[in-house]
Amino acid sequence: MQKSIAEIENEIAEEFDLFDDQMDKYEYIIDIGKKLPALDAKYMTDDFLVKGCQSKVWLHAYEKHGLLYFEADSNTAITKGIIALLVRVLSGQKGGDVLLTPLTFIDKINLRTHLSSQRSNGLTSMIQKMKAYAAAFACVEQILPTFPKLK
Amino acid sequence: MNDSIRAQFPILHQIVNGKPLIYLDNAATSQKPLAVINAIKDYYEQYNSNIHRGAHHLAQLATEKYENARTAVAQHINASEREINFVRGTTEAINLVATSYGRKFINAGDEIIVSEMEHHSNIVPWQMLCEEKGATLRVIPINDAGEIIFEDYLKLLSEKTKIVSIAYISNALGSIHPVKEVISEAHKVGAVVFIDGAQALPHKKVDVKDLDCDFLGFSGHKVFAGTGIGILYGKEKLLEAMNPYMGGGEMIKSVSFAGTTYNDLPYKFEAGTPHIEGGISLGAAINYINEIGLDKIAAYEDELLAYVTEKFLEVDGLRIVGTAKNKASVISFLINDIHPYDLGVLLNEQGIAIRTGHHCCQPLMDRLKIEGTCRASFAFYNTKEEIDATVYALKRAAKILS
Repeated sequence: MQKSIAEIENEIAEEFDLFDDQMDKYEYIIDIGKKLPALDAKYMTDDFLVKGCQSKVWLHAYEKHGLLYFEADSNTAITKGIIALLVRVLSGQKGGDVLLTPLTFIDKINLRTHLSSQRSNGLTSMIQKMKAYAAAFACVEQILPTFPKLK
Repeated sequence: MNDSIRAQFPILHQIVNGKPLIYLDNAATSQKPLAVINAIKDYYEQYNSNIHRGAHHLAQLATEKYENARTAVAQHINASEREINFVRGTTEAINLVATSYGRKFINAGDEIIVSEMEHHSNIVPWQMLCEEKGATLRVIPINDAGEIIFEDYLKLLSEKTKIVSIAYISNALGSIHPVKEVISEAHKVGAVVFIDGAQALPHKKVDVKDLDCDFLGFSGHKVFAGTGIGILYGKEKLLEAMNPYMGGGEMIKSVSFAGTTYNDLPYKFEAGTPHIEGGISLGAAINYINEIGLDKIAAYEDELLAYVTEKFLEVDGLRIVGTAKNKASVISFLINDIHPYDLGVLLNEQGIAIRTGHHCCQPLMDRLKIEGTCRASFAFYNTKEEIDATVYALKRAAKILS
């Protein structure tokens, strides 16, 4: 049974609670990034690049059995860890859930405040891109009636 | 250099991410001494007023202070007040010359020369001019150390060369270019030379008569003054020959619908109400560094550069990008294949501010076949203790990232 977005977010928040030192948190993020499966080289092109990051982030999404899956990579270790966390939370979920669930784990693990504004913008870009994929797949899922909730 | 100097810079005394701030991004912008902060404060608290027109007390006071700042700058670089134009910064200085001088004097088939390691600000305005006029931009190549190849420069020069524009000191690598020789060779073919002094003014004495440059631009905020103010120096006869850059108040002598006559130098290029407190802050900054003495500053910074070069090379896998023989206190580096941005984030976590990326020099990065570097750039308020702390932080970051 696939865990919900909220459940995975809570798991991540608990893992990060173990660290007092920000450097240790970053070390953990970098380790998470290292474990992210390599992205197929054919997706590491400008078409799959997330705009708005100082580092490069490539993001690919596909649908399988009605669920949305993400694969990603980055040329920097920290960003790779961050996108790996986002993949962990959002990959294998329903497109509608990806689109409509607000992400809370970033604030819970106190990432955003310790990243430069530019990086934070990059984080926003990554999430927006994932939600844009979800929107496209959600249309396929025909959940269009739920869209007014976005307002 | 000692604690009394650091005491003049309030911003340096703060905790960032739990650690004392170590500010090593001086090539991006410098911090401000109390003399500058107080000059801006005094302006708004005591004599804020529009200049050059009001007959009242405050206007006279503001005009006097603003013009005193112009005089301070003129004396500092050995020019006359008529040759000192207040602009927003180096970027505007270059654009002003590219527009006002370039539009009038550049024709199809002419050539403009820049170097491969220029800041984008010293490339793009000339590209725009070339495109408009059908002129050609030629590029002086550099060697692996980050020095211009002088023989290749000589080969580029011809009677077609109309402008040579080059930085005195590279912002990305710290290389000090042999600008005096560049200028004298350009003059032999009748070209004028623009010197981008943005990185030079904070570190060394610049004498426009000794250099014999035709134009020089620099930014106030890099030389301990406020942001949004800078200087364009131009030889008087060249400035006289140029058309105004912008029209408006201040730059006119008389206006009628039959025709307008322009004001005399330096006001001809200063349309609109100027950045008054910016100009005053620049005057205060110039006076401040002259009180310390640029010779003393340069000697101390050379000492810092030697120390940081030695200490950084003790970090496993660290390589310095830019090893010119003649360098300012700027050090660009990479550690193994670690992305500069990762190092920047982990140094920031330890309270250390450096710059990462291409430093607005993408052609240079292409030439060096790298995406970017980490850059630590030093001012006279930095210390050897800060360098030691940075080495420790770098080792810690590199360990996490490898």
